[in-house]
Amino acid sequence: MSFQEQKLSNNIQPDCANCPIHNIGNLKKLGINMDDFDFVVALAGNPNTGKSTVFNYLTGLRQHTGNWPGKTVTRAEGGFEYHNKKFKIVDLPGTYSLLSTSVDEEVARDFILFGQPDVTVIVADATRLERNLNLTLQILEITDRVILCLNLIDEAQRNGITINERILAKELGIPVIPTVARSGRGIDDLLKMIYDIAIGNFKTKPIKLKSNSEELNKAIDEIVGLISVEFPNLPNKRWVALRLLEGDQSIINSILNGELGNIKI
Amino acid sequence: MDSKSNREKIISEANRLRWELGENLYDTLMETIYNNASEIANKAVTYSDKKSPFSFDRTLDKILTSKYFGIPIMLMMLAFVFWLTIVGANYPSSILASFLIDFLHPELKNIFLSFNIPNWLVGLLIDGGYLSCAWVVSVMLPPMAIFFPLFTLLEDFGYLPRVAFNLDAIYKKAGAHGKQALTMAMGFGCNAAGIISTRIIDSPRERLIAIITNNFSLCNGRWPTQILIATVFIGSLVPAYLAGFISALAVIFIAVLGIIMSFIVSWALTKTLLKGEISAFSLELPPYRPPRILQTLYTSLIDRTIFVLWRAIVFSFPAGLVIWLISNITIDGISLANHFINFFNPVALIFGLNGVIFLAYIIAIPANELVLPTILMLTVSHLGLNDFGAGSGVLFELESIEDTAKIFQAGGWTLLTGINLMLFSLLHNPCSTTIFTIYKETKSWKWTLVSTFLPIILGLLVTFIVTKIYYLVH
Repeated sequence: MSFQEQKLSNNIQPDCANCPIHNIGNLKKLGINMDDFDFVVALAGNPNTGKSTVFNYLTGLRQHTGNWPGKTVTRAEGGFEYHNKKFKIVDLPGTYSLLSTSVDEEVARDFILFGQPDVTVIVADATRLERNLNLTLQILEITDRVILCLNLIDEAQRNGITINERILAKELGIPVIPTVARSGRGIDDLLKMIYDIAIGNFKTKPIKLKSNSEELNKAIDEIVGLISVEFPNLPNKRWVALRLLEGDQSIINSILNGELGNIKI
Repeated sequence: MDSKSNREKIISEANRLRWELGENLYDTLMETIYNNASEIANKAVTYSDKKSPFSFDRTLDKILTSKYFGIPIMLMMLAFVFWLTIVGANYPSSILASFLIDFLHPELKNIFLSFNIPNWLVGLLIDGGYLSCAWVVSVMLPPMAIFFPLFTLLEDFGYLPRVAFNLDAIYKKAGAHGKQALTMAMGFGCNAAGIISTRIIDSPRERLIAIITNNFSLCNGRWPTQILIATVFIGSLVPAYLAGFISALAVIFIAVLGIIMSFIVSWALTKTLLKGEISAFSLELPPYRPPRILQTLYTSLIDRTIFVLWRAIVFSFPAGLVIWLISNITIDGISLANHFINFFNPVALIFGLNGVIFLAYIIAIPANELVLPTILMLTVSHLGLNDFGAGSGVLFELESIEDTAKIFQAGGWTLLTGINLMLFSLLHNPCSTTIFTIYKETKSWKWTLVSTFLPIILGLLVTFIVTKIYYLVH
């Protein structure tokens, strides 16, 4: 988004935009009516962290939620309107990683990689933060515009787990929003952050995993060079290169059949 | 250089470099990710010393997934849910029936006739279409409105993964994937949904096994058949105060038999058509969460009950038309339905069933929900039992279990017919929606046909054996 556009969208925001009551009042649940939308939001995360609950809350849809991992196997789509911007939101199947062994993991990975969402919200289980961060770090390799939605903080508190969101946000370089999606707590802050990142009010500076191996870095650079010739518009060339070095068959296929080139920027 | 060779060069370079980097690349990467994650988590998370996290969950899991108590507790919970459904559904069912059928049906008919609409059209629409819908609503709505919320509450609480955990060891012995238990649990609601949920299984071989065996989970279209037949034939064998309990046990027996069949078929498939290694997986047991009662009631009523009911009504209207037509179109003075029934009766008797049941299963291919209404209606019209209805092709007024029992008796049904209908209801082809879903998921006509005909063959085999044993004893 250009600087001018940013300024424009800042200008049309009313002064009381920071007021929480006002914010939630601006949420218009659009259900599945989303013919034209301004931004695409992806909901990713480990299984059973409450992605569908967040999805339902924002869209007003009642996708069946259940307390078991692997409930969402296809992606569900819905829409909402906030501050006169229309958002399409995509609920992805929960995955532990993006290394894609099963169909549901592939659905999630392909969408983040090929679908190019404007904002990716990672819904994390606050009671199992470390494991949830594994996926977070992998997603940060693919896209910058990420929010960590730290869900189930009530459960964490009940179990004597305290999380310092500020430290977490600083370490990851992305905004961290604590929520209890079941009761709607924190969703207001989440909405505001989705909006801010989508229109470019907020810039994230996510940490990138650095390998200690000189050899690996050199190999990545070489592959990135080759990819740039064939697919000059591809974002996340580094990540694709890494997958190739690992021998990821589906990425190899998407290179060979040229599917990788179809990505819009 | 053209595009294709360019792409191939990328791959060949990557392959060459992969060799140079050695085998540990993947491990190095994962290690980097895990170390980073753990470092960040350590900085941000503090644990209070007062109590260890999830002590309640651990204690509860020790009981619910215990080696000795796990499966008995599971069966007891199921028994309780069915018992509540059977006992609770009877009264609202008869109220609905007396309103929709006894009161509304003649009223509607009078209204239509007063507009000078031809008799045959009123017969087709009201006696065929409307009555079959009314029947489906009064029989299916009450058990679903009780069963689905209870099941959803268990799901919301976090019990389903524990069921999978309990059954995992048995599935492994059968050569199948432990996650198959989860897809099976989904199948108890709807087989088509269960088949879509097999996407959580990574290996194509194990996924195929899960798809083929999903039909052995009794779906909600078949629960009412099981419950009603059990009440009429099994419950009536014992004193009234035990009837509900014994009927519930009979339904559980059929449900458990379905689970056992899925083990046996999985095992047989892994030994013959689908040989291969069992893949390992990790099953996460989510924390127990207090179920949100009101929300669960709302969503399970709206999303599940109304959804399923609507589907049943959509299918039952045209089925009602078909039933009316085949009962009223005659060749040589005998209706089409009776031609079919008379022709198939001798064959059906070998399996302890009858021609009516065979015909009903053909008419009800679009939805299992229709089996029972169709059977009752065809029995009435076949025998010409005018006390129960207004003529051929009319779904009669059903006010109580006793009336239903009378129809069955008049149709020559015995305890054997009841038992075999319950068995055949478990073991027969999936509904057309499920068959279509199987094709969409497997993209293979071969496996779709296997999934369709394997249960029918098994069903005929089992009912044949039961019939032989029954006649030996009697």
